[in-house]
Amino acid sequence: MSNTDVGERLASIKHVILVLSGKGGVGKSSCTVQLALSLVNQGHKVGVLDIDLCGPSIPRMLGLENQQIHQATAGWVPVFADADKRLACMSIGFLLPSKDSSVVWRGPKKNAMIKQFLTDVYWGDLDYLLIDTPPGTSDEHLAAVEYLQEWNPDGAVIVTTPQAVALSDVKKEINFCEKVGLPILGLIENMSGFVCPHCAECTNVFSTGGGEGLAKHLDLPFLGRTPIDPNLVMLLEQEDKTQVPNVNDPDAEKEITGSIVETYQRCELSKIFAGIAKHLEESLSNKEQ
Amino acid sequence: MADVTAATIPANAPEHCPGPESSTAGKASSCEGCPNQTICATQARGPDPDLPIISERLSGAHKILVLSGKGGVGKSTFASVLSQGLAQSSEVGLVDVDICGPSVPKLLGCENEQVHQSSNGWSPVYVQDGLSVMSVGFMLPSDSESVVWRGPRKTGMIKQFLRDVDWGQLDYMVFDTPPGTSDEHLAVVQLLSGISGAVLVTTPQEVALQDVRKEIDFCRKAKVPIIGVVENMSGFVCPGCQGESRIFYPSTGGAKKMCEELRVPLLGSIPLDPRIGRACDFGSSFLDTCADSPAATAYLDIIAQIKKIVNHQT
Repeated sequence: MSNTDVGERLASIKHVILVLSGKGGVGKSSCTVQLALSLVNQGHKVGVLDIDLCGPSIPRMLGLENQQIHQATAGWVPVFADADKRLACMSIGFLLPSKDSSVVWRGPKKNAMIKQFLTDVYWGDLDYLLIDTPPGTSDEHLAAVEYLQEWNPDGAVIVTTPQAVALSDVKKEINFCEKVGLPILGLIENMSGFVCPHCAECTNVFSTGGGEGLAKHLDLPFLGRTPIDPNLVMLLEQEDKTQVPNVNDPDAEKEITGSIVETYQRCELSKIFAGIAKHLEESLSNKEQ
Repeated sequence: MADVTAATIPANAPEHCPGPESSTAGKASSCEGCPNQTICATQARGPDPDLPIISERLSGAHKILVLSGKGGVGKSTFASVLSQGLAQSSEVGLVDVDICGPSVPKLLGCENEQVHQSSNGWSPVYVQDGLSVMSVGFMLPSDSESVVWRGPRKTGMIKQFLRDVDWGQLDYMVFDTPPGTSDEHLAVVQLLSGISGAVLVTTPQEVALQDVRKEIDFCRKAKVPIIGVVENMSGFVCPGCQGESRIFYPSTGGAKKMCEELRVPLLGSIPLDPRIGRACDFGSSFLDTCADSPAATAYLDIIAQIKKIVNHQT
């Protein structure tokens, strides 16, 4: 199988970053979305490719459920999350007949789908393409790495939660990156503590510091520690992304913004992710020099 | 063997595709021109010779699958606590079929154990009275070693867990699965006969429920009975001020509403308790260390219900 089609298609994209984690439910998709929104807010054009074929979450998080993919002469046109078309998104969720239908596929069929995503989607000019992956180290990951190989993706961002059980799976993912020669751009420690909205006391629901410790131990760049923010959970959950969520007073009249990019800026977490996005940008530009 | 023919027909197959498992696969008139024709026509077919061996080895045990479309919702935690709870009065085998991310050894505090070979097959690891465990985690040289395997190899490993492990006489077998609806799940469903049912674990937010709906669809396609849904991490009580907050906000009514919509029983809700996570990290039994916490009570209630449902079937 020739991968030159992938190269051609991705020639108009400056940086490709994979978001990985051995463990499920640590926030890969929500970190991908937040990184994308932060990069868009910093003036970049960003694409998000969701290769979690059995459990695509990106459409719901970006408020794009029930959207359809259109076919143009140049390829599949991704779905845009904002009016300025600065945030493009592609997911198998757009291709399913209903949100309840399962995708019961074995490896080879998943590989073919991922290849199609990489060759047939007309992204146009992008500064960043973020690839959101399913948990594990199996078919989807091998397919993505294999098809991207000649084109040299910039690397992977690893997401973890602080508890030891998650870290042991994340260590496996780091080992995978080493095996396949994928550079690691950094590690994010997600769900590190929860600030009680009633008394502002921070509880470490899933312990804390584990991700930072692991980064130090393995000598990887540590991108940051992000707490659980119920407002963000609500923003990713709600269908209307223009409402500014307010967990403390859910019945109050909601402020309305122009788009999800703007709404996200009202969340506390956006400040942390702005830092992470900047950090990534710098390390990528350093690499180029 | 469960009928999974419908589930194995690819969505983009030609019309009237007989299914890759059928005896006419690759030979039917509708196979003409299908790009997979030669693969279907040349593949070994007919019942797998290992199936009778497996079903004999595991006969007499109630087989319970712990599933969830979503990752990180607490499948392994639930499977471990369920096994520990059941093991108080019966013989239980816990099989970790999550090949790429085995968490069970860590949760049960038996990470450094090894699997031994005897004339009757592999001996599972005994964690406590009545509880034996098998996981790929016991076979890795170090805990940072990754298992980068494609589907067929994972299926082979799972088959070995079922065929070659000397489980002894078990009352219950609990299967902890990886997230998704793919090779591992198909393998388990195809290799096991007489599955008692599946317990689906979810968290309250829509993003997780979405994936669980897919898993319910999978169970229905593969004809696996659904024992019920467990809502994990629902509600969090601040240890500082006792104020309750919902970390994973149930924007669409949570598991309760989904269960009503899809007509599956809701077995119960387990609150988020940081002590559960801590018990998992240290490999101690949460039911023992925090016996009087609301989460432990919820667990015990759910385990009792599962026992009742499963035993009622026979």
